Amino acid sequence: MEDCLAKKMEITVSEAEKRTGRNAMNMQETYTAYLIETRAVEPQSEGQCAPVDSLWRRYSEFELLRNYLSVTYPHIVVPPLPEKRADFVWHKLSADNMDPDFVERRRIGLENFLLRVASHPVLCQDKIFYSFLTQEGGWKEMVNETGFQLKADSRLKALNATFRVKNPDKRFTELKHYSDELQSVISHLLRVRARVADRLYGVYKVHGNYGRVFSEWSAIEKEMGDGLQSAGHHMDVYAASIDDILEEEEHYADQLKEYLFYAEALRAVCRKHELMQYDLEMAAQDLTSKKQQCEELATGTVRTFSLKGMTSKLFGQETPEQREAKIKVLEEQIQEGEEQLKSKNLEGRDFVKSAWADIERFKEQKNHDLKEALINYAVMQISMCKKGIQVWTNAKECFSKM
Amino acid sequence: MINQYKFEDEPELRDLFITVDDPESHITAIETFITYRVVTKTSRGEFDSSEYEVRRRYQDFLWLKSKLEEAHPTLIIPPLPEKFIMKGMVERFSDEFIETRRKALHKFLNRIADHPTLTFNEDFKIFLTAQAWELSSHKKQGPGLLSRMGQTVRAVASSVRGGVKNRPEIFTEMNDYVEIFSQKINVLDKIAHRIYKEEREYFNEMKEYGPIHTLWSASEEDIADSLKGVASCINKCCKATEKRMAGLSENLLPILHEYVLYSDILMGVLKRRDQIQGELDCRVDALANKKTEKDLFSEEIGKLEDKVECANNALKADWDRWKQNMQCDMRSTFTNVAENNLHYYEECLATWESFLASQTVDLHVEEDS
Repeated sequence: MEDCLAKKMEITVSEAEKRTGRNAMNMQETYTAYLIETRAVEPQSEGQCAPVDSLWRRYSEFELLRNYLSVTYPHIVVPPLPEKRADFVWHKLSADNMDPDFVERRRIGLENFLLRVASHPVLCQDKIFYSFLTQEGGWKEMVNETGFQLKADSRLKALNATFRVKNPDKRFTELKHYSDELQSVISHLLRVRARVADRLYGVYKVHGNYGRVFSEWSAIEKEMGDGLQSAGHHMDVYAASIDDILEEEEHYADQLKEYLFYAEALRAVCRKHELMQYDLEMAAQDLTSKKQQCEELATGTVRTFSLKGMTSKLFGQETPEQREAKIKVLEEQIQEGEEQLKSKNLEGRDFVKSAWADIERFKEQKNHDLKEALINYAVMQISMCKKGIQVWTNAKECFSKM
Repeated sequence: MINQYKFEDEPELRDLFITVDDPESHITAIETFITYRVVTKTSRGEFDSSEYEVRRRYQDFLWLKSKLEEAHPTLIIPPLPEKFIMKGMVERFSDEFIETRRKALHKFLNRIADHPTLTFNEDFKIFLTAQAWELSSHKKQGPGLLSRMGQTVRAVASSVRGGVKNRPEIFTEMNDYVEIFSQKINVLDKIAHRIYKEEREYFNEMKEYGPIHTLWSASEEDIADSLKGVASCINKCCKATEKRMAGLSENLLPILHEYVLYSDILMGVLKRRDQIQGELDCRVDALANKKTEKDLFSEEIGKLEDKVECANNALKADWDRWKQNMQCDMRSTFTNVAENNLHYYEECLATWESFLASQTVDLHVEEDS
């Protein structure tokens, strides 16, 4: 962590701005651009602050960066981006991407993403990432020139491997299972939380109706009037207090959402392992079959059924020269295959080792972050209760004076 | 206990204690109905015994109320629960309906017992003490149906004249008050019901919220305890919210409903006073046109004038009493609501604070180790 970028450079996503432009199909579109500001942390002379560099990026560029990182570092649990569209909303929140509250929360999420990447021991050293932060023009071309898209594994290939792999590392199988459970339980939690928030909003806001009635009623009462009026005022305060409370809770929901999306990143690493393992198994299988073929040709015994074998039986055996040639070719292929198998094995083992190291790092981070989030949630609840106690203590005093 | 009636006047001098309980279903060939047990304990001399237990049905309460209204047209007779609730899907004989009705009937009898005049009413005594067959036969006595109809016709006739033009200022003020009070209390009743509904919906969602955290803790190791802690807090707050709801439905809702009914009763009482006044005005107007026989009718006029004065005084006194009780009831009910909410938040606060304490202790332990 000592060498990571986050220690050397202050990174913030400080602003969001609505822009209009033309998209790839030359149609007008509205999008939001985010201002990334960076500043070196090293102390300057005479207490001067280092100058701030800044550039604008839109969400799609963040997506491009993340895709690049996922493909280039498949053994790393790459931090996720904040959601593209507002999800798990409760009724008061807008599901509109242009809604200022959504944009604000997305700004925070994007900043969080950059900080996560910048504090990752491996990712922070990536040049493309550094350019993303510092080089406004020509960055897209730079990324595409790396040709990372070619390295990406096709979904179909990955799916196939998942079903057919015979001997994946048990730890990855367990991890995949865990990430499925994590995703399922956090989604469920977020959904119910949104409903709870909705209902809580209802309870508080209905109390706001007291204020007006009490006020009108107090006009016809002599002794009760003052008590009613002032109690009504406290009911208004109570009803208004829910807005801030729920806005703060939204940030808690965002913390959970990050780990919901992290589950997908975990799964991606597991998938990569399954793919590599499957590749390895296929290569081993291929090698075995070639060796067998070679043996059969050399000894003349046919152990496996093959069309070649049948046709040669029907149309006559091949000449010794033809056989020799075949054996030669096979022997070359076998040698190549064995080298490939060796290197695939090594690759596979390296992948498992480095992936597992990052997964351990991730686990620690996750446990720390989630525990902190839960503690924050408790702090929020405590604050809400204290506010409630204050309001109702005041109201009780007013009522008792009626 | 919240549903026990609160004493209004000198509690130390109370000598009549009434409870309504034990609803029982009766099925006959013609109908099905519920009876309630009415237990009376008293030290009063006029009562032959010191304890009575009788069974009464809703019809009997209706009878009592109409007898009281007849005997004291300008006194504020406490409200009876409605015949049936139209809104809401409460079935006529559902447990909830019966319990709500029982509490209201209990309140009704106790309010009468605490009323300085009504408590000594003869029909009230018979209601509390007579066995079923005694009550039936007593009900059959008294003004017949026809004479009661005659009264109504006269009442309607004189009400058309109003008795409004000679109405003393104070009763116009009362009328204005009741109009606005009625509006406001109806709105309050609706608000209270909405709050109850919203709290119930919140409770329903909370029931699901806690267990998810427990489920999550099953796939975690390091944070399993924190998750279980949060689950436990949420479940406790859920129970606390249930208590808060119960407080509303036991206290605020019945009181507001009672005063909604009271506002109709007040309108009725003011109308009846106007009618009595109207009878007098009617006779006076009629007499003004007759040149002779003034002396003959002066006695009748005198009697009517007495009647009006009695009615007015009775109403004025009872009005003041009603206002005082209303103020008292509202004060204690709303204070109780505030207390309920305070208890709710205090309980939730304690729960979360204890969770927080447990978490920060762990953190310190981790840092030290």
